[in-house]
Amino acid sequence: MLEIRIHGRGGQGVVTAAELLSVAAFRDGHEAQAFPSFGSERMGAPVVSYCRIADAPIRLREPVSTPDAVIVVDSTLLHHVDVFSGLVAGGYVLINSTRSVDELGIGDLVDRSDRGRIVTVAATDLARHHVGRPLPNVCLLGAFAAQTDAVTLASIESAVTDRFRGPIADANVAAARAAYDAVSEGQHA
Amino acid sequence: MRNQIEGSRAIAETVARCRPQVVPAYPITPQTHIVEAVGAMVKDGTLVPCEFITVESEFAALSAAIGASAAGARTYTATASQGLLYMAEALFNAAGLGMPIVMTVANRAIGAPINIWNDQSDAMSQRDCGWIQLYAEDNQAAVGLHVIAFRLAEALSLPVMVCVDGFVLTHAVEPIEVPSTEQVDRFLPGYRPRQVLDPDEPVTIGAMVGPEAFTEVRYLAHHQLNRASGRFAELAADFAAVTGQQTPSTVSTYRTDGARTVVVALGSVTGTVKDTIDEYDVPVGLATLTMYRPFPADEVHRALADVEHVIVLERAFAPGAGGVVSADVRMALAGTAKRISTVVAGLGGRAVTKASLSAMLDDAHGGRLPDLSFLDLRTDIVAREIARLDVDADATDRPIDAARIG
Repeated sequence: MLEIRIHGRGGQGVVTAAELLSVAAFRDGHEAQAFPSFGSERMGAPVVSYCRIADAPIRLREPVSTPDAVIVVDSTLLHHVDVFSGLVAGGYVLINSTRSVDELGIGDLVDRSDRGRIVTVAATDLARHHVGRPLPNVCLLGAFAAQTDAVTLASIESAVTDRFRGPIADANVAAARAAYDAVSEGQHA
Repeated sequence: MRNQIEGSRAIAETVARCRPQVVPAYPITPQTHIVEAVGAMVKDGTLVPCEFITVESEFAALSAAIGASAAGARTYTATASQGLLYMAEALFNAAGLGMPIVMTVANRAIGAPINIWNDQSDAMSQRDCGWIQLYAEDNQAAVGLHVIAFRLAEALSLPVMVCVDGFVLTHAVEPIEVPSTEQVDRFLPGYRPRQVLDPDEPVTIGAMVGPEAFTEVRYLAHHQLNRASGRFAELAADFAAVTGQQTPSTVSTYRTDGARTVVVALGSVTGTVKDTIDEYDVPVGLATLTMYRPFPADEVHRALADVEHVIVLERAFAPGAGGVVSADVRMALAGTAKRISTVVAGLGGRAVTKASLSAMLDDAHGGRLPDLSFLDLRTDIVAREIARLDVDADATDRPIDAARIG
């Protein structure tokens, strides 16, 4: 079972990201579960959502406390919330940032992690470019697909196309593809 | 066909396929997604004919539901927490008047202190109002229970609460197979009320009953409610035959064969319990109560016949007494020598984790589990506050200051 925790702020689509990720995994033939952190969410407040992907039905209902992957939608949380709490050894980290991993001041994490599994992607910039709004969530899912192979880009795209309509879906798909390409290139560089 | 959808959405689609004719609704977290979706289906013509009535309170919602049901309409509503409490007076009336209303309760704690998160205090507080109470262990069970609930309600002329853990299930997105319209139509015929309020053929429903007959009326209500257990089993089998979906029994058992210790639980926590006992090195079983009212005492007795230690995992709490479900389990097991422990867990949304459950089982096997305990209780905080309260009690009685804790 792959357990994913997504950190962001209210209004950034954190809950939707977990839901779309679970839909994509389901379309890939996996069992999947997504749920929010059940807080009193409001714009700007730290928000957490969870996604589990497995090959057997998922019965577990507790929040993800030892994630295999962490997605940070808002890098301003890095030094305010313990976003990497419980991250398993060799776990994946995906951070929405224009900076490189070395510029983020997360040396502690880098030291105890598999450096190759920590990736940044400028998702907000890509979203602004493709969607016209600073909504990085779908974009990050494209990056996550490239980083982990846990879900396919095609399933992310189909989940997005079902959830949103017309031009908004197309724009988000383009953003997800751009992020997928950016991360793929970085990993093969 | 299974789809990856939110629990609330699956429940709303299922309810719509049950063709309710009147849905009076008032929003409250974490139930709101359900009636929002039902309302949208009424508006866009997916669910017709149906009158969706937005009312000014939960008391009005259930009162309108009673009126609609008395007039012969299949009636549905949903609520949670304080909303259910606000319905309390009408709850007893709905049952006493024999109104086959189906209501989803998206289980949530009750205040004060205010808390929007999941436990089962709301439904448990209304366990004696005369409604049938069903608890869903996952969203697949939830959709099936709703369809069965309409038939059960109409068969017995009794209202049914389908209790679904708020957030944990209502807001979870997971693979769910919503029964098709054809399947629901095959299982659930149109509602044919036995009597209706009709100006052209006047009848009285709910006349006053004096001391000469009130006890008998109550006795008969008890008798009628107790029929729900057997009827549920028949309908669940029927539903399984029509849909191919398995629905749980009034009491379902998991790994109880050969287990000397069995956990009794209701609702979504049973999934985490199953994962815990699968990985636990000593055989432990689970008995899941899908039906809580009427209390399936015979089934509980049978399920726990060969067990030495019963751990009742309570998602609610009776201050001044302890367990809620435990009292029923003790009655069902009266005269046996079994040890029964009450463990209050997951109040107000505190996560019930495999690690905590495993530690609870360690305590049970080490003989360290008391008659009443609280999972993951922060003992340092309560010890500090109790010391303070005991000192203060000499001077003046003061309420517990929730703001000091946490």
